[in-house]
Amino acid sequence: MLARRAASFTKRSIKADSKRSGLRLAVSMLDLTTLEGADSPELVRALCRRAIAPCPVPPLNPPIPSVAAVCIYPRLVPIVREALAGSSVRVASVATGFPSGQAPLAMRLQDTQAAIEAGADEIDMVISRGAFLAGRCDEVADEVRAVQDVCGDAHLKIILETGELETPDNIRRCADLVIEAASRDRDLGDGQVFVKTSTGKMSPAATMPSVLLLLESVRDHFNATGVRIGVKPAGGIRKAKAALHLLVMVRETVGQDWLTPSLFRIGASSLLDDLVRQLLWTSRGHYAAMHDVAVT
Amino acid sequence: MSRLEVVKTGKLWIGGKWPRSESGATFPVTNPEGEVVARCASASRKDSRDAVEAARSGLGKWRDSTAMLRGQVMYRAAEMLEGRAAELTEALQFGGAGAAAARQEVDASIDRMVMLAGWCDKIHQVLGCQNSVAGPYHCFTIPQPCGVVVAFSPAEPALLSLVTLVGAAMSIGNSVVAVAPPQAGLAAVLLGEVLAVSDVPAGAVNILTGNQKDLVEPLGGHREVAVVVSGGLSKASRVAVRMAAADGIRRVHAVPWTGSAWEDDEETCSPWFLEQFVEFKTLWHPAAS
Repeated sequence: MLARRAASFTKRSIKADSKRSGLRLAVSMLDLTTLEGADSPELVRALCRRAIAPCPVPPLNPPIPSVAAVCIYPRLVPIVREALAGSSVRVASVATGFPSGQAPLAMRLQDTQAAIEAGADEIDMVISRGAFLAGRCDEVADEVRAVQDVCGDAHLKIILETGELETPDNIRRCADLVIEAASRDRDLGDGQVFVKTSTGKMSPAATMPSVLLLLESVRDHFNATGVRIGVKPAGGIRKAKAALHLLVMVRETVGQDWLTPSLFRIGASSLLDDLVRQLLWTSRGHYAAMHDVAVT
Repeated sequence: MSRLEVVKTGKLWIGGKWPRSESGATFPVTNPEGEVVARCASASRKDSRDAVEAARSGLGKWRDSTAMLRGQVMYRAAEMLEGRAAELTEALQFGGAGAAAARQEVDASIDRMVMLAGWCDKIHQVLGCQNSVAGPYHCFTIPQPCGVVVAFSPAEPALLSLVTLVGAAMSIGNSVVAVAPPQAGLAAVLLGEVLAVSDVPAGAVNILTGNQKDLVEPLGGHREVAVVVSGGLSKASRVAVRMAAADGIRRVHAVPWTGSAWEDDEETCSPWFLEQFVEFKTLWHPAAS
């Protein structure tokens, strides 16, 4: 049932103007991500230039929008901060012992603190999947709240790593758990907290069913409290078509309100190349080569 | 009890897989008596786009394999052609060729594949050179593959022309998107089936069948394509390819051969023909003075 419903969103025909605006919207929702051990300052600066102006010369009219954020490891936050200065692109840092979340809590909070102090606007945290799977839900709730305290005004994205949670029931329960923990006794603004599917370090990552579960959890929370939690699928989204499928699912599950970068993000790296290629195709009528669009 | 005859439906060969056309369209293959003996998929614009993407991702593995290995793979393709000679001969007879002429074309195609296989590790010595330069440097010019080659093959000779165009581009290390017209459809599908069991990496060769005229514009305009070679396009289609290819640095070639001219080994396996699929790179290297 879940799989069928999720698959139904991939059957819509999106053409011409709606395709163009969908592709542009997807670009503006991107968390352009690089989380490699080999990331260098030069590489990350190039990524930042790309984040601000995704389309190579000659530009389209109107220009392709900037992406929403650049997502990197804490060590690179100062460099990204500097490279993105003056632009609308936000600095997102993974933290809390990403990607396994296996470090002691004190160290994970310190990790978060360092990223915030270096100037991160957004923190992508991982939860202790082991604790959740072992049934120690309080431990997960407590760590979410502890990280939230450190974050202050910085937005928090909570990574469930749905690929490790094994069943749809677990994914839904875990989403409900972290959303409840993050909003208990707090006056959350819309989009201050996100639930995110995956680290991108394992497969399966952001499958359509897993994203649908998060969206449904967020919808039910909104219906109960009126607060809008954001959703961020990440990992394995490489093609523009997959991004459009996600947008359809958002529109038909939580509604138009979520079709904004402040409530829906897509974590990806190579997706931007394909989005730009498709946009060039819709305006020029022929396909761009990979070397036309990819600069990193 | 009489058995149910299974009529072949030839598929497209894209990225090592055998998809039906995205459009679902097929065309019938008839024998000279007008009876439908098989069907082939009719490639759409989207299929052609998919084929170029597959060729681009298949390029690296084929280009980077050693010249000797490429030669062995192509020689293996010749072996496989030999094994399916009877079926290929029958396919050519459906197109109207007599039994002897069809068999002769199959034999010529096998020979052609062997000759082109031989060029894989020899073309560098013939087309490459050391340049004389002033200064303490060695200066070499070496032939390299261009990238993705699109080949439009003619209706006649269906198999020999396709083997020539695909083989020539392959021998340099290019990846290929071949488009055969409906009259050559069945032979093209069989060539795909031969290459599929010859250790050709997925996507290094892709074979489409269908109306070439519809695919001229999307393939000529795709900026991932490096070379377009026309073996049988009409003048209007050749102009359309040139127009579509004009915004990039794609090369567009038309081969001069028709009919029996394709049988000329001297011409079709000449290094000057293969040169059309070559990009030259010049290297400077410090020399001990």
